[in-house]
Amino acid sequence: MYIKRKAIGIFFVSVLLLAISGGQFYINAEEGRQGGHGNDAGHKEPPVRSAEKLSEHPLPEITTPKPPFSEGIFPCTSCHAGLEPNAQRRELGFHTDIVLVHSTKQRWCLDCHDAQDRDMLRLANGEHVPFTKSYMLCGQCHGPTFNEWKAGVHGKRTGSWEGKKEYRLCVHCHNPHSPRYKPLKPSPMPARPQDINKVLDTVGVTIENQTIYIPVYKK
Amino acid sequence: MDRRKFIKSMAVGAAATAVPLNQSDASFFDTFFQKYYREMTKEEKEEVVQRLEAEYKAKYGKDIKVGTEEHIPGVLFGYALDLSRCIGCRRCVYACVTENNQSRNPQIHYIQVLRFRRGTSEGEHWIAGASGVSNLEESVKYYDPPLVPQEEHFYMPVQCQQCENPPCVKACPTQATYKTRDGIVVVDYNWCIGCRYCMAACPYDARKLNWAEPYIPKEQINPVTHYLGNRPRMKGCVEKCFFCIQRVRAKERRYPACVEICPVGARKFGNLLDPSSEIRYIMAHERVFRLKEELNTSPKFFYFFSI
Ligand code: HEC
Ligand code: HEC
Ligand code: HEC
Ligand code: HEC
Repeated sequence: MYIKRKAIGIFFVSVLLLAISGGQFYINAEEGRQGGHGNDAGHKEPPVRSAEKLSEHPLPEITTPKPPFSEGIFPCTSCHAGLEPNAQRRELGFHTDIVLVHSTKQRWCLDCHDAQDRDMLRLANGEHVPFTKSYMLCGQCHGPTFNEWKAGVHGKRTGSWEGKKEYRLCVHCHNPHSPRYKPLKPSPMPARPQDINKVLDTVGVTIENQTIYIPVYKK
Repeated sequence: MDRRKFIKSMAVGAAATAVPLNQSDASFFDTFFQKYYREMTKEEKEEVVQRLEAEYKAKYGKDIKVGTEEHIPGVLFGYALDLSRCIGCRRCVYACVTENNQSRNPQIHYIQVLRFRRGTSEGEHWIAGASGVSNLEESVKYYDPPLVPQEEHFYMPVQCQQCENPPCVKACPTQATYKTRDGIVVVDYNWCIGCRYCMAACPYDARKLNWAEPYIPKEQINPVTHYLGNRPRMKGCVEKCFFCIQRVRAKERRYPACVEICPVGARKFGNLLDPSSEIRYIMAHERVFRLKEELNTSPKFFYFFSI
């Protein structure tokens, strides 16, 4: 998908030049992204493990929904309290649904999960963070994205545009073990002009506790 | 020219079809001679709201609240959409239909999601191009694969661009459509005569006419509404996106429905006058552009590529 996005960026440059030129809004809309734009389209973020980088952008107060655990899996210590931690890279006899496709050559389970306290995540510097703050873990290696997330640009915030907001955790959108965003089934297309009489009904579908009504068409 | 004079000056037959009313309704007289919302006193608004609420109760069998929240001082609403993230899933389209009580049949959508194929000029006129109303090519709007995003494609949702310099407002002979002080372009449906001049004037194809009586199943009505927003509409009036005025002006200051539903977080909304808002962050840090910039409509709807 990286490749795809990058190509889009390039495709658009010509059109953008046209489009951007005229518009001076009352707010300076043209200030480029720091570090120069143009060639940063589609760049792959180098993993930067720097605590310094993060402190440049202080953490706002962050509330999030609960971590999206599978049912019954948490607390992990319900099993792991009685299990010897095993840092060996191996085929697991449990958690077999987990396939690690995330910087796999360099990393294994206990780089992120704490060996001693399985209910906690573990940062590179050995610090523990709870699953409710898993963004701290992701932020170690994805600094720029983390900063954009804090500013409300990467990822999503709901709530009040003026007041209190709720952030989605990185793991609400990215499976931490195979983080590439998974394709979705699109909602129905609008009725074509010749099919305007084919709307049979609208039915509710619930997405993240929100019900939306989508059309059902005659065949 | 005021509304009544305008109607008079039109051919009688044409005017009759354009009057957006259910003529059998007892409140026909009140409705027809209702004042222009923008000029109403608080008391007059209150009266109109009560009449409408009673009408809606009779029609839909439930309590529908019609709000009249004013603009918020010091606020100018702006919107930004991250084209690097949009996957074309259309959830925004139906979150909007649901929140804003659009007619299900005939179908009215405020948001059109356009699909572009990389390396072709498919749909390019949407971005630049000074043509008036664009003819949407079928391939651009009617895609239906099992999964999105598709390789080699990207997606661009288009809705009312909330122009600072709105051609629709200039075209409207009755001033039924106007720009409010928080920047939202609204329609006073009771004042709209359905002449569709605004639709012809809009370069973004954002305005939709109720050419038949709108239909919404009673149980699907959203009962929290605003006079200038999602209150139930009638045959013959034009409507379009109004930034979910009933949500954004509410005391909770909620985000628009399309922002909240977007699974990838591509949609951003906030106060352009507040330097700490996410919308201002985007203006300062991303390469933003606007559709058909050369038309000088000056939209408050921005597009950007975060990568
Ligand atoms: C990049 C860091 C990272 C690595 C590497 C990693 N995990 Fe995780 N894992 C997480 C995070 C973060 C969560 C929390 C997800 C959530 O909040 O729902 C998690 C959740 C889990 C869960 C709960 C899943 C569920 O179904 O809810 C299990 C079990 C787990 N990890 C096991 C493993 C195993 C086994 C490995 C090695 C094969 C591994 N993890 C490697 C970060 C990691
Ligand atoms: C139902 C019991 C159970 C629960 C609950 C459970 N695990 Fe495990 N987990 C196991 C077993 C058993 C193994 C060992 C599998 C093997 O060695 O083949 C294991 C192995 C692991 C490993 C591999 C490293 C190691 O020490 O063996 C990780 C990492 C891990 N679990 C993380 C988690 C996390 C994180 C959670 C909570 C989100 C969790 N587990 C919840 C049973 C459980
Ligand atoms: C130890 C460093 C490290 C941590 C911690 C880490 N990542 Fe990554 N991540 C990487 C590297 C390196 C890549 C690029 C290589 C790859 O995709 O395997 C990557 C790639 C990604 C991608 C792009 C995947 C794709 O295929 O497009 C996403 C999304 C992502 N990470 C999300 C996360 C999330 C969410 C977390 C927190 C749960 C996280 N990462 C934690 C190192 C890390
Ligand atoms: C609301 C959903 C959402 C949330 C929350 C979210 N992301 Fe993403 N992220 C995406 C989408 C969508 C993409 C684009 C994926 C693609 O193009 O395949 C993406 C892409 C990425 C990438 C790949 C590089 C890029 O910019 O495309 C990384 C790395 C990443 N996210 C990390 C994170 C981290 C770290 C967090 C939390 C701090 C996070 N994401 C939170 C939806 C989300």
